[in-house]
Amino acid sequence: MSATDTSEPNRRDFLYVATGMAGAVGAAAVAWPFIDQMRPDASTLAASSVEVDVSSLTPGMSLTVKWRGKPVFIRNRTPEEIKAAKEVPMADLKDPVARNANISSDAQATDIDRTAGEGKENWLVMVGVCTHLGCVPLGQQGDFGGWFCPCHGSHYDTAGRIRKGPAPENLHIPNFQFLSDTTIRIG
Amino acid sequence: MSGGHSTYSPKTGIGRWIDARMPLPRLVHDSFVSYPVPRNLNYAYTFGGILSIMLVAQILTGVVLAMHYANDTTLAFQSVEKIMRDVNSGWLLRYMHSNGASFFFIAVYIHIMRGLYYGSYKAPRELLWILGCIIYLLMMATGFMGYVLPWGQMSFWGATVITGFFTAIPLVGEWVQQLLLGGFAVDNPTLNRFFALHYLLPFMIAGVVVLHVWALHVTGQTNPTGIEVKSKTDTVAFTPYATIKDGFAMVVFLAVFAYFIFYIPNFLGHPDNYIEADSLKTPAHIVPEWYYLPFYAILRAITFNIGPIDSKLGGVLAMFGSIAVLFVVPWLDTSKVRSAVYRPWYKLFFWLFVINAIFLGWLGSRPAEGAYVIMSQLATLYYFAFFLVIMPVLGLIETPRRLPNSITEAVLEKNKSGSAHPAGATAAPETRG
Amino acid sequence: MKKILNGLAAIGFLLAGTAGVAVAAEEANHAAEPTHFPIHKPKEMDWTFAGPFGTFDKGQLQRGLKVYKEVCSACHSMNLVAFRTLEDLGYSEAQVKAFAAEYEVQDGPNADGEMFTRKALPGDYFPSPFANSAAAAAANNGAAPPDFSLIAKARGVERGFPTFVFDIFTMYASNGPDYIHALLTGYDEQPPAGMEIAEGTHYNPYFVGGKSLAMAKPLSDGQVTYEDGSPETVEQYSRDVSAFLMWAAEPHLEARKQTGFAVMIFLVLFAGLVYATKRKVWANVAH
Repeated sequence: MSATDTSEPNRRDFLYVATGMAGAVGAAAVAWPFIDQMRPDASTLAASSVEVDVSSLTPGMSLTVKWRGKPVFIRNRTPEEIKAAKEVPMADLKDPVARNANISSDAQATDIDRTAGEGKENWLVMVGVCTHLGCVPLGQQGDFGGWFCPCHGSHYDTAGRIRKGPAPENLHIPNFQFLSDTTIRIG
Repeated sequence: MSGGHSTYSPKTGIGRWIDARMPLPRLVHDSFVSYPVPRNLNYAYTFGGILSIMLVAQILTGVVLAMHYANDTTLAFQSVEKIMRDVNSGWLLRYMHSNGASFFFIAVYIHIMRGLYYGSYKAPRELLWILGCIIYLLMMATGFMGYVLPWGQMSFWGATVITGFFTAIPLVGEWVQQLLLGGFAVDNPTLNRFFALHYLLPFMIAGVVVLHVWALHVTGQTNPTGIEVKSKTDTVAFTPYATIKDGFAMVVFLAVFAYFIFYIPNFLGHPDNYIEADSLKTPAHIVPEWYYLPFYAILRAITFNIGPIDSKLGGVLAMFGSIAVLFVVPWLDTSKVRSAVYRPWYKLFFWLFVINAIFLGWLGSRPAEGAYVIMSQLATLYYFAFFLVIMPVLGLIETPRRLPNSITEAVLEKNKSGSAHPAGATAAPETRG
Repeated sequence: MKKILNGLAAIGFLLAGTAGVAVAAEEANHAAEPTHFPIHKPKEMDWTFAGPFGTFDKGQLQRGLKVYKEVCSACHSMNLVAFRTLEDLGYSEAQVKAFAAEYEVQDGPNADGEMFTRKALPGDYFPSPFANSAAAAAANNGAAPPDFSLIAKARGVERGFPTFVFDIFTMYASNGPDYIHALLTGYDEQPPAGMEIAEGTHYNPYFVGGKSLAMAKPLSDGQVTYEDGSPETVEQYSRDVSAFLMWAAEPHLEARKQTGFAVMIFLVLFAGLVYATKRKVWANVAH
């Protein structure tokens, strides 16, 4: 059956194109909820801040808490560890950037910028996930007395900075703040 | 008709390269582009296409819901509520899926009724019809198991009642029920297997749909006149003619579907299913989802013993029989004329059957007491009489109206008498057979 | 042939008719000892969230929350609703945090393996007034008070034929709030003479499960203080808490209706386009 309509070709073509376009727009709009549902849901986002009581941590003690499904190391460093970290020349660092979400993203990885800041230099709060491929490093181990990742042999120093091994970046520091002298809120 | 030679000729080099190795584009072209369909199909014939869209929609929404659903009696109800409250667009996807089941059944009922009206089951399309019945059975199983998953009160007690059907089977009944439940009552093993099967069955439906469409493309579509296609002038190409018409019907159907999703999403559901399942407390009235109500009414209509068959087994047999009878419809109808358009008496009984089926559905939602029981029994009687008495007898004694010689003749006749437009230029949407 | 068929049809209609009359007669005969509940259908109220453009009245939801908190929550849990979602009611993040902090929730185990209680955070859910459903039942004469998270969708009086057909076109979906409002304001009606009310239960002709229920009249005038000057009456409390419970059961109702409007407009326009295309395609083909 052939049914070719030779009259008004422009109007007909316009109609076909408009219908096709509207169909495509509709299909794209329908696709959105199917993608949208994969994003973290409201309850996941709500649990993204935890408050931690650190009153029991004396120097030399660490605590691991779970935040967004990942471990966060909270360490009250000993004076020796702070001293060792401060003495490292910047030129020795594999990754010169602080990786600290609380300060500017191009800050240098000095010891002070890796910690909770002036007066709280003993506090180190870091996401305990190796920047190489995501394993959890072991504390107070490795060539630099900081952290050591057993998966592929990355060594971090006492300020959590990468010094040796395949990891490209220093251990990340999440958003956190001291709500009081003994309470930290992460996230 | 279909078959014969293919008109597909790839224009590009890549097209020829693929065609020589795996002629999938040729198959699609021959099945959905150049495939000839009768020119006089009306909108009742668009529901096959609508059903395939609904199947795809149900599978897609179902797969994403399964990403959030927790298949455990202690978590299932909460996980569904998490979808409704916390998951991004979760409420939309869940309402699409739950109302989608209802609209799937609305479409399939219209599709089945169209088949009964136009005699689509008659030779040589018996196998096509039987495959359709199998799809319908699978849909019912899928719908039932899906309704259990939210683990509300109706989920739980619906599952209890429906698996209870099997205890009516003499001797092995109890054993079969325990086999289905994986225990002595509906519990975690039941929920687990229902979820697994609810995920599996839609793909089996898709498989049988392929066979259904294959069988359709061998025999070709019926049409409102019931006369087989005789010449090329009786048909038009599937694309663009049938595709655009199916497309329009789909959009209208989706608009109604969307109205339910966005404005009255719980209209077709039952409030009790928003109460978490409690195995110690039965709701006052257990009713299945609306699409099972006619069969539920038939089940409850058998309140008396029939010889050695007690009323419990009788009810279950009547209910399964009401579906089983569909399978043998091609051999119950003795009429030489296919379409109800030319069968005035069949037409009357057909519409009575439709009204009766809706009436049975309403009865299924009423409590099983007093006059409702009597009405259910009468309606059940008509349901079976339609298939077992009216169909065979009417075919032998009814005098059909004169049949046109061909589809083309029927179309030209209709346009001459029924239309004020110049012949050949009209395109008014037809609403009658 | 025709005569037989006509006769059969007539008999069919006759039978159906008698049956219908029988049902009507049966339903009319139950004044003092009703067998179908509720005795009265709930009154249809005007809700701001009804209809195609319905939105929640945030002031009303805040009042409803207050009624829930000060009255209902003594017995009824609402354990699917998280404090964080109260921002929907127009509260700021800080206000929600302060509100949550008024509740204690159990957490743990701590480093010593002990469970402990702490102030609730926005991410927590409304705590239950009872430790578990057995404790709830034991404290309430064996009838555990239902959870309120979904009560506005889990209750609804059957509309009956033909009303339920009209409901499709009027978008009636307020069965739940209408029922809750009717129940809360229905305690003052007196049982008809001769009706027996079981010991320890309270007559309410709007109760869906029988002629009386275990819960006594929960609200009285002036019981909850409103800061916005709304009347402090049982009627107003009932409306506010019904609306609040509708929000609790369907928090995305507004988003649903707004999305729906856009979708419906699109589908109607698209249907018009496809129909025009269909006419063009079929223009020269008689069918």
